[in-house]
Amino acid sequence: MSEQVLAPMSRRSLFRMIGMAAGSAVMYQAMSDLGYAGESGYTGPIKLEGDPKGSSVLVLGAGLAGLTAALELSKAGYKVQVLEYQHKAGGRNISIRGGDTVNELGGFTQHCQFDQGFYVNPGPMRIPYHHIALLDYCKRLNVPLEPFSIINYNAMIHNSKAFGGKPKRYREVETDFRGYVSELLAKCTSQGKLEQSVTKEDTEVLLQALRSWGALDRNYEYKKSELVSNHRGYDVDPGGGLSWQPTNSEPMAMSELLQSRLWTGLLTGHEYEYQMTMFQPVGGMDRISAGFVRALPPDMIKYNCKVTEVKQDANGVTVSYVDAQKGGAPQTATANWCVNTIPTTILSQVPMQIGAPLKNAINSLSYSAGFKAGVQMKRRWWEDDERIYGGITYTDQPVALISYPSTQFMQTQKGVVLGAYTFGPHAFELTSMTPEERMKVVVDCGAAIHPQYRTEFENGVSVGWHRMPFTLGCFAQWTEANREKSYNALCAIDGRMVLAGEHASHLGAWQEGAIVSALDAIKRLHQRVVSA
Amino acid sequence: MKSVSIGRVLGSALVLGLLFSSAAYAQGAGAGGGRGGFTEQGGEAIFKNVCQGCHMPQAQGAVGAGMYPALAKNPKLEVSGYPVSVVVNGQKAMPAFGGMFSDQQVADVVNYIRTHFGNSYKDKVTPADVKSARP
Repeated sequence: MSEQVLAPMSRRSLFRMIGMAAGSAVMYQAMSDLGYAGESGYTGPIKLEGDPKGSSVLVLGAGLAGLTAALELSKAGYKVQVLEYQHKAGGRNISIRGGDTVNELGGFTQHCQFDQGFYVNPGPMRIPYHHIALLDYCKRLNVPLEPFSIINYNAMIHNSKAFGGKPKRYREVETDFRGYVSELLAKCTSQGKLEQSVTKEDTEVLLQALRSWGALDRNYEYKKSELVSNHRGYDVDPGGGLSWQPTNSEPMAMSELLQSRLWTGLLTGHEYEYQMTMFQPVGGMDRISAGFVRALPPDMIKYNCKVTEVKQDANGVTVSYVDAQKGGAPQTATANWCVNTIPTTILSQVPMQIGAPLKNAINSLSYSAGFKAGVQMKRRWWEDDERIYGGITYTDQPVALISYPSTQFMQTQKGVVLGAYTFGPHAFELTSMTPEERMKVVVDCGAAIHPQYRTEFENGVSVGWHRMPFTLGCFAQWTEANREKSYNALCAIDGRMVLAGEHASHLGAWQEGAIVSALDAIKRLHQRVVSA
Repeated sequence: MKSVSIGRVLGSALVLGLLFSSAAYAQGAGAGGGRGGFTEQGGEAIFKNVCQGCHMPQAQGAVGAGMYPALAKNPKLEVSGYPVSVVVNGQKAMPAFGGMFSDQQVADVVNYIRTHFGNSYKDKVTPADVKSARP
């Protein structure tokens, strides 16, 4: 779910930097080592064949991992009970709408003022086409999807220290960068400097390709022309009649473009996890958890349960919990087995009868910071004034990006943009502020790109994930070394309990990771049950 | 206070924007996923812009499904090596901040916490102490 370009650093930005510095093969190796590449292994609806012999399972946590486990285990004939800390299901699969209250640790409270019909997804917001388990559940649970615009050629790339702080359009940066790289390579090629690497026959084709790919002229030069404007856009667009003529646009100077680093804003949409087509649920990401809850037997989830201890013996587990709001005397729940999806930030604080390898693995895993803000605007100025319909603008400022709504184009007067989505130091810093202070930063950063922020801002809501009482962070922060050391132990069945969640997957931070982790966990657990 | 902390955040963006070399990124791997790091200087600024996100403005901690320990009146701060190690290397839910802070920054924030919020430990942590705590 992360992507950073100009300022903050996510793990994917790290891969990106490795890729640029060392080539894509090295980057893929680095990604594979950290477990962020590759397929999720989903091969269709899980089949838990065999008799569970009346076994019972306690599922801790009603996020997507817990909901997946509960749904599939109950369908397979297990007696399932889910304990959830919050008063609702979904975990990080949430949307915030007008009328919702966001309660942060520390007593900071926000009342979302969005108009009816608007929402922000403060956790996951988009689904890659290859997250086939999640897509399959959306289909099976009747959760309608719509495209999430990941690339918009008319959105902006902004560096406050380049081009006088003025943003450039994605299409301008993309075309100019492509053009200059093609021109330089064509020069090398035609001067015979590549003869060690390219055959004579291939040289001709390569030159053809570069000319076409880079919008070069017959001399293989990239410069102002109708052809180039047909890629990067015009100063005055073509029209009809006699009133005006199209005017070609002037490419940026190559050195200024390179030094601006705006090209870093071109990369996201080319990466596997962000390639088109991406999806979002119609009406908000939490439509997915709502779909799961609809499919579960009523009363399977017990809410407001704060887990305080997990005991186990040869026959099963006993979980102690208190009322999450009122506290009071602990109650207990028992079952033959336990699927535990509580984030490790919390689990490391819960006394549990588990082996040292699992305990060490849990204790080794802290969570990344993440910050998002949704901003309601009085009018859809990004559409009316800027002709930006969905997609993402990137900036080097603390907010990192602005994501315009991928839905309701031109249909509503108002709209909600995602005004910040940042990781790393900026996320820690924004989390440390009061909600009011954060929103001032969000508006200031937005106004540096879009002056309309000043007059059209209406209200906003923000989430700093380390202040969310149910996660204490955004997502599990695996390092290569710790994945090597702790991952297998974290996923292994310990007595009568198995962990699941995005933290127990190679698809960290993604909803797909939570789901395939749960499917893998219950498959292994079921094998134990039927083979016993 | 309000405008000060916002100014710092915006200021840090300007400085960090210069860190575009891959070396700066790769070396910064830490709790935040590895950007250059924090630019705040001085214990108070670091506490207010970073630590209080979890440990809260009065260092009083917080309780949800799990808890963030209070740093106020915390006897575990008595041996200075302990908070230094926790900040640098992390511990359970506490991310490792070693990759995002300089030795001086860690020393400053530990010294600040150990002399505020009802803590009054006289001995000072030095950047050299922090350096020796790094893995």
